[in-house]
Amino acid sequence: MRWFLIFIAGLLFGMGLVISGMTDPSRVIGFLDLSGNWDPALAFVMGGAVAVFALGYFILRKLEKNRFHGLGLPDTSADPVSKRLVIGSAIFGIGWGLGGFCPGPAIANLSVFRTEALIFVPMMLLGMFLAQRVFGLDR
Amino acid sequence: MEFLEPLFGGALIGIGSLIAMAASGKIPGISGVASKILKWHRGDTLWRILYLAGLVVGAGLAISFSMGWAKYSVPADKGLAVFAVAGLLVGFGSRMGGGCTSGHGVCGIGAGAKDAIIYTLVFMAAGILTVFVWNQLMVGGALQ
Repeated sequence: MRWFLIFIAGLLFGMGLVISGMTDPSRVIGFLDLSGNWDPALAFVMGGAVAVFALGYFILRKLEKNRFHGLGLPDTSADPVSKRLVIGSAIFGIGWGLGGFCPGPAIANLSVFRTEALIFVPMMLLGMFLAQRVFGLDR
Repeated sequence: MEFLEPLFGGALIGIGSLIAMAASGKIPGISGVASKILKWHRGDTLWRILYLAGLVVGAGLAISFSMGWAKYSVPADKGLAVFAVAGLLVGFGSRMGGGCTSGHGVCGIGAGAKDAIIYTLVFMAAGILTVFVWNQLMVGGALQ
């Protein structure tokens, strides 16, 4: 049941990426192009996702507290902002702006063997591997 | 402005993330999910593979059944070398930065974590600046 749910969760996520337009690099770059021909529509992707997640998260936390102890929700409390994480996020943002791919959409585009994704994803995994070698695994 | 598809797609992303979090007990940001497959941990790898497999199948279904509605295009000045460099930066930065668009941007902010808001603002700003610099200096033209 747990495995099935996780697969379905991935299925919904993948469909959401395509329907929202996040899998189109030109569109993502257009969203980040504030000074040019700005296309603000993709702001609604994060808006919709955060709204739904926040509502569900709030309900799950309440359920865990009042009814089902030990639901096993992860610790999402904020850590102190660290220099390492800020610099890492900036590097991530530069890569995102260059290719218009973040990890989810790049992996989603593997489904139809898009050339850019076939190049991007192995390089991304290499970058992840290197970062884990340097900084270690985190939570 | 077409905002209904982004909003609906975003809601699906939120639901998927929520189910994955409840079923795995982890924060299911895609960069974290993908990177930790690289190192096998008993009991902590299968769900990651299933989640990404679902993502690929879901995207493939949506693209196949969209009958050309799901657009895909790459700016003319972005060659494959750009995608190689971008992939490396995205992979390295996501793990150095502790998350990506889904981990920080959706799950972190959705769970009300203040640090996630800061990291999201940082990578959005870096992305905007990168597109600005690329276009202003016409880096793409210079590379060709």
